[in-house]
Amino acid sequence: MVVAPPEVEPPGHAPDGPGARRAADRRAAARGIASRLALMAVPFAFFAVFFAYPVAAIVARGLKDGGRWQFGRMGEVLGDPHIGHVLWFTTWQAAASTALTLALALPGAYVFARFDFPGKQVLRAVVTVPFVLPTVVAGSAFLALLGRGGLLDELWGVRLDTTVWAILLAHVFFNYAVVVRTVGGLWAQLDPRQEEAARVLGAGRFAAWRRVTLPALAPAVAAAALMVFLFTFTSFGVIQILGGPRYATLEVEIYQQTAQLLNLPTAAVLSIVQLLAVCVLLAVHAWTVRRRESTLRLVDAARTAHRPRGAGQWALLAGVLTCVTLLILLPLAVLVQRSFDGPDGYGPVFYRALQSAADNGGTFVVAPLEAIGNSLSYGLAATAIAVVIGGLAAAALTLRGGAKGGAKGGARGAGRLVRGFDALLMLPLGTSAVTVGFGFLITLDKPPLDLRDSWILVPLAQALVGVPFVVRTMLPVLRAVDVRLREAAAVLGASPLRAWREVDLPLVGRALAVAAGFAFAVSLGEFGATVFIARPESPTLPVAVARLLGRPGELNYGQAMALSTMLMLVCAVALLALERVRTDRSGEF
Amino acid sequence: MALLRLDGVSVRFGARTALDAVDLEVAEHETVCVLGPSGSGKSTLLRVVAGLQRADAGRVTLEGRDQSGVPTHRRGVGLMFQDHQLFPQRDVAGNVAFGLRMRGAGRAERARTVDEVLDLVGLPGAQRRAVGALSGGEQQRVALARALAPRPRLLMLDEPFGQLDRGLRERLVVELRTLFSTLGTTVLAVTHDQGEAFALADRVVVMRDGRIAQSGTPLEVWQRPATEFVARFLGFDNVVAADVLGEAADTVWGKVPVPPGAPQGTQRLLVRPAGVRLTDVRDGLPCTVEARTFRGDHVALMLRPGDGPRLEAACALRDAPEAGARVGVAFDADEVVVLSAP
Repeated sequence: MVVAPPEVEPPGHAPDGPGARRAADRRAAARGIASRLALMAVPFAFFAVFFAYPVAAIVARGLKDGGRWQFGRMGEVLGDPHIGHVLWFTTWQAAASTALTLALALPGAYVFARFDFPGKQVLRAVVTVPFVLPTVVAGSAFLALLGRGGLLDELWGVRLDTTVWAILLAHVFFNYAVVVRTVGGLWAQLDPRQEEAARVLGAGRFAAWRRVTLPALAPAVAAAALMVFLFTFTSFGVIQILGGPRYATLEVEIYQQTAQLLNLPTAAVLSIVQLLAVCVLLAVHAWTVRRRESTLRLVDAARTAHRPRGAGQWALLAGVLTCVTLLILLPLAVLVQRSFDGPDGYGPVFYRALQSAADNGGTFVVAPLEAIGNSLSYGLAATAIAVVIGGLAAAALTLRGGAKGGAKGGARGAGRLVRGFDALLMLPLGTSAVTVGFGFLITLDKPPLDLRDSWILVPLAQALVGVPFVVRTMLPVLRAVDVRLREAAAVLGASPLRAWREVDLPLVGRALAVAAGFAFAVSLGEFGATVFIARPESPTLPVAVARLLGRPGELNYGQAMALSTMLMLVCAVALLALERVRTDRSGEF
Repeated sequence: MALLRLDGVSVRFGARTALDAVDLEVAEHETVCVLGPSGSGKSTLLRVVAGLQRADAGRVTLEGRDQSGVPTHRRGVGLMFQDHQLFPQRDVAGNVAFGLRMRGAGRAERARTVDEVLDLVGLPGAQRRAVGALSGGEQQRVALARALAPRPRLLMLDEPFGQLDRGLRERLVVELRTLFSTLGTTVLAVTHDQGEAFALADRVVVMRDGRIAQSGTPLEVWQRPATEFVARFLGFDNVVAADVLGEAADTVWGKVPVPPGAPQGTQRLLVRPAGVRLTDVRDGLPCTVEARTFRGDHVALMLRPGDGPRLEAACALRDAPEAGARVGVAFDADEVVVLSAP
C-alpha cells in the first residue's frame, strides 16, 4: 500500500472567536489549580502550624531585642572565623559522604532490585536498621570499631577516630538504606526489556545501562542524593561522638550554642544560615530535575529479579554482601556484643536492669523498658500522620489538572506553585531538629494550640521529618503511572478521585508501603526534636538511650547498649513485617 | 436521530491542527470506521468524543445532548485503547468488571456479565488469569470485553487490531462484525488499515490532516474514491492528469475511456489495476513489464510506458508475462474514476 505524503497546509483558523476559547482555557486551568490547591490545603496548614510557626518563633526570639530586630547580629556571627570553619566543614563532609554513599550503595540497590538470593528480605530489613538507630548509639558503635582499643586497633593497630573517615563511614552506615530503598524500589520495577531492546540495537551491557536505565533512574538517584546530603549536612549525633573537638557541623554548633552556652542569638543566626543553605540546595535540586520524570514502563518487581548469572554477577553480589557485612553488620554486631558483655562475663544483666525504675538511681521515673511501648505508639501515630499528609502532598504534586494544553499563563503559574510546594515539603529535613523541638516548646504551649500536655506533640514533631520521605518515595512512582491507564478508568466510568483510588493507589501501594516504613523508622529514631518535647514519664527509646549514655558507669553504658539492641530488634521486626505485607499483596479485588 | 454528532469540532496542539472543523454523524447500531494515515487526527477524534481531549471549537452531542462540560466518566461511552491499557494489577475478571463496578453493579451481576462477555470474545474461563500472562490476541479480547461489559451506548475502538498478526486479525474482524450486529452496538473505530475498515464498517470515513476527505459505504469509497489522496491512500497509484471530453480523456497514456456523465475538462484520472488490460504490443499503449508480484489469486504487474507515470495492472496467473516482456495496454471505462480536486 502506498500512502501519499501528507501535504503541509497552513493551520486553519477556528470559526470560533479566540476570546471564547481563551476564557474556556482559563476556566479549565483554574479548575486544575483549584483541585490542586484543595489537595495542598491540609499539608500546607500542617507545615504552617507545626513547622513554620515554631521555627519563626525561635528565630524571632534570638534576633529580637526589646521588640526590635537586631539584624546586625548576623554579620557579627558570620564574620567569626570559627563559624566560617564550621560552615566549610559542614559542606564538604556532606558532599564527600553523599558521594561515598552513592558509590557504595548504588551497586547494593541494583543487587537488591534485580537479584534473588537466600535471606534477601532479612538483609533488606537489616540494612534499614542503622537508619533508625539513635545517632549517638551508632557513633559509639563506630568508636568501638575504629577507635582506641577498637576492633581495627586490636587487629592491625589502625585507628580512624581522629580522622574524618570515621565520620564518612558512619554516614554511609546510616544512609545506605536511603539509596537502596529509594533507587532500588524503582529499579526493581523497571522493565528489563527496555535494556534488552537497547542491547539488541547494539549497545553493550554498560552502554545499555547508561543510556536506558540510568536516565530512568536519574530522578530517584537525585532524590536519594539530595536526602543523603541533607542528612549529612545536618548531622548531629555522629559528629558529636566521632568528630571530637576538631570537627563540628552547623547542627552541633547550634546545639552547643542553645543548650550549653545558652547563646540564643547565635543559635538563631546559625539556624537561619542552615535554613538558607537548605533552601539554596533545594532550589538547585528543583532546577536540575525541572525536566519531569518521564513516564516509565513499570512492571511487577517479582518478575524482574533472578538468580545471579555468570562470574561477574556473583562477584557483584559478593562485593555488595561484603560491603554490607563490614559497614553495617559489623558495627551492629559490636553493639549487640557489648549489650551482653556484663561485669561478670556474658549475660543478660543489663536487660534485667531495664525492667525497673529503681535500679537506675533516679535516671528514670518509669522502667526504661516502657520506652519500647512509647516509641511504638508514637511511631505508629507519626506514621499515620506522615502518610496522610505526605500522600495528599504527593497527590497534589502529581495531579494533572485541567491546565493541560490550556492557557499557558495558568500552566506556568501552576508549575511554579508545584515547585514551591515541593521545596517547602523538603525543608524540615534540612532544618535543625534542635530548633524545631525548642520551637515546639515555646509556641505550642498556649491557646489556641496548647499541646504541652498532649501526647500528640511528639508524633507531630516526628511526622514532620517523615513527610518528606513519604513524598520523595511516592513522587517518582506516582509520576511514572501511565496517564492513559487513568483515562481508561475514566472512560469506564470512574471519576477522577475513583480513578486515582482504583488505578494509582494499587500501583503505588508498594511505594506507599516503603514510604510508611520509612516514616515509621524515622519516627522511631528521631532524637533532636523529641529530646526537647518528650515528657519525663514517657521517654522514647532514643531519648532513654541518650539519658543512659549521659550517665557515667558501666551499668548505664551496658543498659544503653541493651536498649539500643532492643530498638534495633523492634525496627528489624517492624520492617520485616512490612516486607511481608508488601509481597503478599496480589490480585486484590 | 444520530447517536453521535460532531459539529465543526476543532482541536489544535500549539500551531498544529489535529482536527479541523470536523462534522460527523454516527447513527444508532451503525459501525463507522475512520480511516487515515498516522497523524491525520483519528485518535484525537476518539479522545474528543470520550472527553479526554477538549475541543477548541465545535460541539459533540450524544443522543441529542451537548457533551461540553460532561466529564469522561459520565459520558457512558466505551473506548478500547490502541495498546489496551489493561490494569496490570488486576486479573482478567477484575479488568472486565471494572466498568460495572463503577456503575455500582452488584457482585452477582458482575460475575454473570463477566462470564457472558468473556464467552462473547472467545475467552471463556479466563477470569482468574493475570493480564501480564496473556498473549497479544488475548489481551486484545480482554480489552474488548472490558469495553463491552458496561454496555456503552457508543463503543470506540482505537486501532483495534494494530498489534495482531494477520490471521488473527482477519478472524477477529469477522467475529467482531458478527458480534456488533448481534448486540446492536454502535461502533466508532479508527484504523490506518483499509482492509480492516472495509471489513468492519457500515460506513467508512477517510481523514486527512484533521479533515474528512470522504465518507461513504466501503463499496462507494472503494469504487469511487473522491480525491487523489483517497485513491492513493487506498493503494491506487494509476493516477494521471487528463483532459476529459465526452466519454474519453486525453492523457500521457493516450486516450482513456471514461464512464458516462463524468465531469468534463481538466481532471485527475484513476485507472484501477483491474481496468488495465493487457493486449498485444501492437494494439495498445506499449509498455515494458518492470516487475511482477504474486498476490495469491492474481499477479500484480508494474508496467513502464514510454511516457508518463508507471501503471499497475492486475492479471490472471496463467496470462502473466515475464519481467522484461513488452506488452500493450488498453483501458476499461468501468474501472476508470474521474477524481475531484485533492
